[in-house]
Amino acid sequence: MAVEEINWMSGGPQGSGVDTAANIFGRACGYGGLYVYGRREYHSNIKGLHSYFHLRISGNEVSANVNDVDLLAAFDAETVVRHINEVVSDGGIIVDKDQVETKVLSIPTLTYELRSELRQYLDKKGLGDSLSDLLADAGKSGVHVFQVPYMDLLKQIADKLKIEQLSKVTRMINVLTIGISFGLLDYDESLVEKAIRTFFAEKPRIVDMNILAVKTAYDYAKQNFQNNFGHKLQKIEIDEKRIFISGNQAVALGKVLGGCRVQTYYPITPAADESEYLEAHEILKTKLGEERGAIIVMQTEDEIAAINMASGAALAGARAATATSGPGFSLMVEGLAWAGNSEVPVVITYYQRGAPSTGLPTRHGQDDLRFALHAGHGEFARIVLASGDIRECFYDAAAAFNYAEKYQMPVIHLIDKAMGNSSQTCALFDSSMFKIERGNILDETQLIGEYKRFKFTESGISPRVFLGTKNGVHWYTGDEHNEFGHISEEPANRTLMVEKRMKKLDLIEKEVPIEERINFFGDKNAKNIIVSWGSPKGAIVEALQKLTQEGFNLGFIQVRMMHPLPKEYLTDALQNTEKIIDVEMNYSGQLGGIIREKTGIPIGFHILKWNGRPMTTTEVYEAVKLVLFNKAPKRQVLTYGS
Amino acid sequence: MALKMSDFKTDVFVDWCPGCGNFGILASLQMALAELGLEPHRVVLVSGIGCSGKPPHFVKTYGVHTLHGRTLPFAQGIKIANPELEVIVMGGDGDGLGIGAGHFVNAGRRNIDMTYLIHNNAVYGLTKGQASPTLRLGLRTKSLPKPNINEAVNPIALAIVSGYTFVARVYAYDTKHLKEIIKQAIQHKGLAFVDILQPCPTYNDINTKDWYAGEDRKDPKTGKPMSRLYKLEEIGYDPLVKDLSEDIAKKLVAIEKAQEWGDEIPLGIFYKNELVPTFEARISQRIPFYVANAPAKQQISDETGASVADLSEFFEELKMS
Ligand SMILES: Cc1ncc(C[n+]2csc(CCOP(=O)(O)OP(=O)(O)O)c2C)c(N)n1
Ligand code: SF4
Ligand SMILES: [Mg+2]
Repeated sequence: MAVEEINWMSGGPQGSGVDTAANIFGRACGYGGLYVYGRREYHSNIKGLHSYFHLRISGNEVSANVNDVDLLAAFDAETVVRHINEVVSDGGIIVDKDQVETKVLSIPTLTYELRSELRQYLDKKGLGDSLSDLLADAGKSGVHVFQVPYMDLLKQIADKLKIEQLSKVTRMINVLTIGISFGLLDYDESLVEKAIRTFFAEKPRIVDMNILAVKTAYDYAKQNFQNNFGHKLQKIEIDEKRIFISGNQAVALGKVLGGCRVQTYYPITPAADESEYLEAHEILKTKLGEERGAIIVMQTEDEIAAINMASGAALAGARAATATSGPGFSLMVEGLAWAGNSEVPVVITYYQRGAPSTGLPTRHGQDDLRFALHAGHGEFARIVLASGDIRECFYDAAAAFNYAEKYQMPVIHLIDKAMGNSSQTCALFDSSMFKIERGNILDETQLIGEYKRFKFTESGISPRVFLGTKNGVHWYTGDEHNEFGHISEEPANRTLMVEKRMKKLDLIEKEVPIEERINFFGDKNAKNIIVSWGSPKGAIVEALQKLTQEGFNLGFIQVRMMHPLPKEYLTDALQNTEKIIDVEMNYSGQLGGIIREKTGIPIGFHILKWNGRPMTTTEVYEAVKLVLFNKAPKRQVLTYGS
Repeated sequence: MALKMSDFKTDVFVDWCPGCGNFGILASLQMALAELGLEPHRVVLVSGIGCSGKPPHFVKTYGVHTLHGRTLPFAQGIKIANPELEVIVMGGDGDGLGIGAGHFVNAGRRNIDMTYLIHNNAVYGLTKGQASPTLRLGLRTKSLPKPNINEAVNPIALAIVSGYTFVARVYAYDTKHLKEIIKQAIQHKGLAFVDILQPCPTYNDINTKDWYAGEDRKDPKTGKPMSRLYKLEEIGYDPLVKDLSEDIAKKLVAIEKAQEWGDEIPLGIFYKNELVPTFEARISQRIPFYVANAPAKQQISDETGASVADLSEFFEELKMS
């Protein structure tokens, strides 16, 4: 039985429980065997400014948003104002009855830009300035408006709970909207209860309050909006084990799998959640039994300390990582070059966000590919990986340590805000195939005679010894050095030492299987090929499926190892391609430029976006289709988002 | 077999200017290591950039010559990963109190069991003599175009308020005293800081060996120079905090003592407190096996190469059924 796809959005002021609502809603759907993909959008603010969660629910696995909203659960008037035009024509809006007369232009948290836009919109359409005018207009195009007296319902709940102060229950507006939503969607109420129980696991009283709130709202919807709403949601039986996980958590789990034992960080959005999650789980269960695994999470004084502390830990023999985003990585650059020069296996998880400077601190972007590739003075070897979805976040986070140790160089693992802060259901990660590869390490028993940390070898890789190993005394320096690690400015040594470090990149080209460096989707012999990296993957794969079904001939190369770039593969794959379409979330088409630099093949078409909101399947589909129809300019700029 | 000072020497040429105070520091350190019987492979010397950054290359222990100002982060990372190591950090006054001042303060908060030596020459030696953060206001050392326009930072006072639990000052040419204090600093349980007054004959023509020795102020009676340096232990100063209730008082006295400069410069231990739990002790409260099974020592894969991680508890929390 096909399950209807539902796009549900909840929105309200920051601090009013939007995340909680989305988490409970998502869980309830997940418990019913449905797939969930949820994107979180918020301002750089703690309380008061608008935030929302866009959840896509489907019987099939989903990994991107579409432009549509089928049901909008608004905690406040501003949510309606901001998202009303995303609601599809037979969709619905849940709104507080007491707020429908709100004068929309006077909503204090609207920005200057949005207010001007709204004023023009109202003028153009000849609408009054009450929320009810906007709602009535939407109603004309078939949108159902469900007015719910939030305060009355809360009062009923407070009475039942014998709570006198209404302010003690107003926090539950979020849960009310969940109850209304599921009532409208006719979904199994017991699954919602279960979601509440697990979400508030340790607080029985809160569980009871919230369950009562959901029930009250659910019943209210059933009684008052009987059969008004066309969209329904049904659970399905599955026998697969699934998890509901965010990108931040997936990276953390990957690090645990990969044997990370020291993680350093300085708080920054959207990276900090990962480190906090790790710290909360610092004692690790291992197959070796009790007391055998723990990760030390260090909150440092700045990102300079973070990277250098991680490097120090790596020299001592612990698998070590740090996590940050653009501003923090900027501070890490000198340390990165030190690690490159001293061949330190340190892992940097880099969550990109809209930049430059503080940029869009809580919004999405892929502006930093070139920065990750080139950061640091001088020439040194590094690996840059880019995950395309939550599952890849997990596997790549683990693999990053193998690359770092095998090739003795820093690894930058690029994630982005869209992935880091999105949550989705997926099958339990299978880690049975993953092996830990630590590369060439000598212990005390293997150390006889003179040891040279930077011994010249054919591959460029010198056997490594951890600080503290008997008979292995050696030196590190950020200066150019000789084989022992002592300072050397001799020209002949310099020539060889730079080459030693750099030629490890050739080894990577030779050794790392192409399947770990790219993913290919669609027709291998396609005339039209999309190239991209990072989180647009989900929207591209879905658009590609749709376009292929429509008979278009299309392939998609997702580059996962950004450096060293799989240039031979790309040359082969792209040289006879009619249309190469570069899709990425930045202004200048950074991957496209790099492909051209490394392969000499020019990129015909760019589909770009930098408004801080991730690409949706809908807009990628439409933009690619224009290219295939020969109707697209060389450069299309996508703008969807709220 | 007893270790000798020569066991800690490498054959790398020591490239400081003749008469540099760093020679005294290097020799004292090597003597201290030998006398403490620390096997070379158990010791990691971490340094920054400057003339003071060179010692690891001259000492036959593990050596990590890092970035300008970043000694402490590297060193803390090493020590956290393997608390069995004896980590000794050395760096310049510019390194530790200028560019690295943020790390200086924050390391104090952690009280990781390490030793930190600052080569305090009041100049930026390796960049040819600019003013360092410890040069006093209005002084004009040899290569300054104008007199120093900034106040000096007080390393002793800063260390005390930042939480260092062993704070001492020594003089680079008094190698016997220097060696003893370095030994005590290494043996101290917690983060030890030693401010080493280090003449730089090339660029600092004010705080010279002669100046410290008081060659410019001879005793009118004996005609002998009156040294500007005196030892706290000789005046019965007691730096040790024996009970936490006396901690603040001891700190205040130490900070007051640290203000003395000019004709009376105290050397020795200003403050010592082993009642403050070290980072190792703090983390062991949460992870009881932290020291016994340290991050760098943990087995992370089995014989087949599979990860030892068991993710089942994570999955249990995240599961959707
Ligand atoms: C980030 C950075 N900025 C500047 C320098 C240049 N530099 C090298 S040594 C030094 C100053 C050294 O002074 P100090 O730390 O007091 O050490 P000393 O040479 O006096 O022992 C500076 C500024 C550098 N290496 N790195
Ligand atoms: S410049 Fe000063 S500190 Fe540097 S080696 Fe020469 S005398 Fe020593
Ligand atoms: Mg100096």
